[in-house]
Amino acid sequence: MSFPKVRVPYLLLLPGFAFLFTFFILPIINLAQTSTQTPIAGGDTGQYEQTLAFSNYIQAFVDNKEQFGRSFVYATLATIFALAIAYPLAYAIAFKSGKFKNILLVLVVAPFFTSFLLRTIAWKQILGEEGFVVPGLRALNIIGQQTTLTSTSVAVVAGMTYNFLPFMTLPLYASLERIDPRTIEAAGDLYANGLTAFRRVTVPLSLPGVVAGTLLTFIPAAGDYVNAAILGSPNTKMIGNVIESRYFKIVDYPTAAALSFTLMAAILILVTLYIRKAGTEELV
Amino acid sequence: MAKERSLSPEARSILGTQISRRAVLAGAGGIGAAGLLAACGGGGDSASAENTVRWGNWPLYLDFDEATKTYPTLVKFSEQTGIDAKYFEDYNDNDEFFGKVQAQLKLGEDIGYDVVTPTDWMAARWIRLGYAQKYDTANIPNKVNILDSLASPSYDPNRESTLTWQGIMGGFGWNVEKNPKGIRTLDDLFAPQNKGKIVVLTEMRDTIGVILLGQGIDITKVTEDQFMNAVDFMAKKISDGWIRGVKGNEYAEDLTSGDATAVIGWSGDMFILASENEGKFDFAIPESGGTISGDNLMIPSTASAAGKANGEKMINYYYEPAVAAEVAAYVNYVCPVKGAQAEMEKIAPELATSEYIFPTEKTASRLNVFRSLTPDEETKWSEAFQQAQGN
Repeated sequence: MSFPKVRVPYLLLLPGFAFLFTFFILPIINLAQTSTQTPIAGGDTGQYEQTLAFSNYIQAFVDNKEQFGRSFVYATLATIFALAIAYPLAYAIAFKSGKFKNILLVLVVAPFFTSFLLRTIAWKQILGEEGFVVPGLRALNIIGQQTTLTSTSVAVVAGMTYNFLPFMTLPLYASLERIDPRTIEAAGDLYANGLTAFRRVTVPLSLPGVVAGTLLTFIPAAGDYVNAAILGSPNTKMIGNVIESRYFKIVDYPTAAALSFTLMAAILILVTLYIRKAGTEELV
Repeated sequence: MAKERSLSPEARSILGTQISRRAVLAGAGGIGAAGLLAACGGGGDSASAENTVRWGNWPLYLDFDEATKTYPTLVKFSEQTGIDAKYFEDYNDNDEFFGKVQAQLKLGEDIGYDVVTPTDWMAARWIRLGYAQKYDTANIPNKVNILDSLASPSYDPNRESTLTWQGIMGGFGWNVEKNPKGIRTLDDLFAPQNKGKIVVLTEMRDTIGVILLGQGIDITKVTEDQFMNAVDFMAKKISDGWIRGVKGNEYAEDLTSGDATAVIGWSGDMFILASENEGKFDFAIPESGGTISGDNLMIPSTASAAGKANGEKMINYYYEPAVAAEVAAYVNYVCPVKGAQAEMEKIAPELATSEYIFPTEKTASRLNVFRSLTPDEETKWSEAFQQAQGN
């Protein structure tokens, strides 16, 4: 027995589709339903009924616009810093590392061998009063004697930059590594100096990596709440923290759901604009 | 409590190898993060056999023998009764646990536990929703051993379906070096040397409770206006830079790292901190009074008749003074069982006089229980409390 050829691709899609349907589409529908519910009159904590209250969205946004703004500012900063650190790093690994290339790549991935939470908690210690950073900066008079780093936005952005660095480095490395060195040599033959060759040849050819890396960093960073929870203070809370508290502490599922949807929509819009600007053909 | 606490070398060495359950929670990431991860792990056991009891409790909340990797008191219980006690350290967070089992409770399906250990206010919610079974008191003769101060909470006045597992005092903790005179009042807490280095608890009833008491308000009768006023007080202290964080168990970590010099904290944690750091930290119940809350042994509505009976036998066993003393020597929270102090004399005399475990009557009279809230209040108040901390 043989299937008509045209059906084979659909059959191959089936497992993936079944998975996405169960673990993505269904929860999304559930989330959408929850987001417009309101408490049952006289009901107990956590009991809600469907009333199609779309005003939940407006209320949720108005109440938390500060945290929304903060999430996008922090995520943008972390993405920029990660790019600034990862680009030279990926460049060095791709072009200058010689026989150490594999070791360096393992080192980039090595942090994944430890839990994300533990690494973030370690940062708390590094930036804490008894770490070496704060006393060092104080001794050099870069920060005042009373200034601390933990529980500040600096710590949160630093933690996010650190945590998402490998997501930036690996795509950058992949696209840099793929560049044919002869294109750079050709630039030299055409009298471009090193800087010009880098600017006119290497950077444009690495753009797919930049786009992929920034997306992989920005999207999870915007929804992150671990860094703000562990390294931040009440004044640095992000939207992820609000959703967590709404869901688990206040047991206000509708607001949590509405906030999740709003966050998803906001990220989707920003990413669409970004990809339009960067050009989809770059996203290999 | 005494400023100079001296523990015997034995007691200290025991304590040195133990970590309080709350400190360990902090190490696991504390906050919701740990809860979220834990929520992914399986819990309980689906089989409810005739001869077993399945108990879900907070991590590090039962005496544990590192060498044999067993729980000595629980092993003894199984030996005595022939009941196979299955112990799950997966009650990490009241809200998270509730979220995990709520749907099954509603449908009357087995949740995988015959005994659970919710905190007072959460126990109140279970009772309200009809998710708790009443004890068969014939199985729990030791019920009479509960301390008088804990015998009639508003949510279960006759202790018909809950018995306290351990009590938790909320009060002031501080770094002795930075606060040589100690902290007894809100003014002591918000003293200049602590500016920007104060941490308060995420547990609303403890943090706002201590603030309310400091403002001279009776938390057993607190009104919404008084509550909101205290929340505003906290919010102001946050925006003015006095309070650096609102945290769960991780405040202990902040005290040791020097990031915090004064906290609103829990007795058990401070006991460990004080004994591990040679008196660098101290704890006191505020002059105006501290809070006390408890985690409770409760049988869910979905437990089978056999599971319920076995659970009751186990609860009865843990209300034997000698057994309770053994547990208290490990967990260091307030022991709810009468007569345990005398038993403690025999196994660890130093701990028998500990105000952390056995508060004297004078101390106990200064501890207050936050009144139970209606569902509406619970939502509204915790919303205000969460918003004050930036959520």
